Amino acid sequence: MRNNRFLRNIRLGIKTLLLHKLRSLLTMLGVVFGVSSVIAMLAVGEGASREALDQIRRLGSHNIIIDGVRPDSDEDDQRGDRVRLLLYGLHYADLDRLQRGFPDIEKAVPVKLIQREGRIGPQAMQLRMVGTTPDWFELVDRPMIDGRKLSELDMERKSNVAVITEHAARRFFAAARAGLGSQIRFGGTTFTIVGIVQSESAAAGGMQTPDRNTDIYIPISTAQERFGDSQEIRSGGSTSREHVELNQIIVEIASLDAVEPNAAAIEAMLARFHPRESAYRVNVPLALLRQAETTRRNFNIVLGAIAGISLLVGGIGIMNIMLASVTERTREIGVRRAIGAKQRQIVTQFLIETIVLSTTGGIIGVVIGMLIPWIISMTVDMPTYVTPISVILALGVSMAVGIIFGIYPAMRAAKLDPIEALRHE
Amino acid sequence: MSTPAAQLENIHKTYHMGEEIIRALNGFTTTFEAGSFWAIMGPSGCGKSTLLNVLGCLDRPDAGTYHIDGRDTAALTDDALSEIRLKYLGFIFQSFNLIPQLTVAENIELPLFYLGWHPERARKRATELADEVGLAGRLQHRPYQLSGGQQQRVAIARALANDPVLLLADEPTGNLDSATGVEIMEMISNLNQSGKTVIMVTHEPEVAEAARNHLVMRDGCIENIGAKP
Repeated sequence: MRNNRFLRNIRLGIKTLLLHKLRSLLTMLGVVFGVSSVIAMLAVGEGASREALDQIRRLGSHNIIIDGVRPDSDEDDQRGDRVRLLLYGLHYADLDRLQRGFPDIEKAVPVKLIQREGRIGPQAMQLRMVGTTPDWFELVDRPMIDGRKLSELDMERKSNVAVITEHAARRFFAAARAGLGSQIRFGGTTFTIVGIVQSESAAAGGMQTPDRNTDIYIPISTAQERFGDSQEIRSGGSTSREHVELNQIIVEIASLDAVEPNAAAIEAMLARFHPRESAYRVNVPLALLRQAETTRRNFNIVLGAIAGISLLVGGIGIMNIMLASVTERTREIGVRRAIGAKQRQIVTQFLIETIVLSTTGGIIGVVIGMLIPWIISMTVDMPTYVTPISVILALGVSMAVGIIFGIYPAMRAAKLDPIEALRHE
Repeated sequence: MSTPAAQLENIHKTYHMGEEIIRALNGFTTTFEAGSFWAIMGPSGCGKSTLLNVLGCLDRPDAGTYHIDGRDTAALTDDALSEIRLKYLGFIFQSFNLIPQLTVAENIELPLFYLGWHPERARKRATELADEVGLAGRLQHRPYQLSGGQQQRVAIARALANDPVLLLADEPTGNLDSATGVEIMEMISNLNQSGKTVIMVTHEPEVAEAARNHLVMRDGCIENIGAKP
């Protein structure tokens, strides 16, 4: 019976609100805008941060990535040499020290980049080779699509074998599989393609092995043997000679807790052997991940504050209209009280009206708030993600707004003197 | 002898209007027997509205006792007074006071809603009452679609829904033309004849004619009381 009366109260509330459709709609607008903007903003923010977190996570949270940094070319310009020799990068000795001196390091994978004119499939072009070890594929989580990855045997024998990306396979050969067994001419050497590895998603570039989608992976021992540590780099008409032993070292730490202490220790070690601090950079994906999560949290707090303010404004709008409504319906309140309605029942009636108003506004807001990110994702290439929690929260808050801002007008209605109320014109 | 419908003893009620103190009821004592039909008359300011408000449990006297159907109303809480209105009283107002957003049926059902009746049972009762006041077939109309006389009939049906001990009418014909007023008074007389106790406030002698007992007030006291002269 109670429940029944509650339902009838809701029906009555809806009926009363429908009596003034435009007014009810305008009253709801504040909540509609508040809720929809919160959900939309959160969806855009969540999409962006998920993408960022995903990128970082793909770098491996157990990994520490050490880059050799190419110095600004200005530094050497004063010498005025016709052919400049640029010495930079990490050393083989660094790799050795990492492998020997750090018991927490499970694996240390060197990366060496070589750029030459080459020929792959039917095309002659500038190619980049990435000399590395078989472990690289696991450390950066790049599964094979076809064929095999580089092996220890390849390393030992310094074989002329290469692994290409799926992207390159599609680009240079008729079908992805057609590339297997084909030849690559590079710097006077012929390599045989033995495997095809998954391409790195375009977005994930940056920190990992400077990856271009057409990179070719060969054993680092072969790279050293065939191409040495010096190469000529042609850029914009000028030629420079560069001497680089290793461009990057990726190490994997056994336990997650040890990642950050080891990163600090590695930094200290590098500082001892590299006079210029700008010559290397130690990147810790785990730290970045934490940072990104903190950023996300702060972002959500700011959004929450904006949401709170807009819903507050919406709530004040509702309260304003409900106060006007109480005045307008003073007579009705008097009649109901005369008939025998208790104060509590008058409160319930008006409160339900505001809750219906704000919750309907909330529901409309949720629908619009889910449509906006969808439209954004469809039109602009931007990832969005509507979190269920934001929808639940928005609905809950709009309902709470109804209660908080409805209670005062409802109390005022209930406290009216029935005699005065009946006399009201 | 049956319990009186309403029994007032030495009721006092004063209002403060700025500096002035108005003694709206000044030691008012009387008994309204069950089944009687009273017309309360008197010049404006004589306290008849206050009397009706006290009888209707909308206002509390400052002093004195008021028994309705043998029940003492002194020291009752707001909720308890609401309960008494809901169970014992029916109101008929001068300006009908129907709720505009509700249909005829819903207006009649209003007391039953607060009594917690099942909707189907309430609808059945409302249909019977609408029939009784000659508004069968108008259940789904809105008040603004009805004439004044029809609206007052809805109000009467609503006042009867809870089968009240006491029917209180405040100038029930005040907003109606005389022909319709006569119809409404006939209806109220018929209700009294079938056993309802009716107390009506009016200042029109022709309307008061319908009542079997008259009570004339002056300055918060009874000036004249008795059967129809």
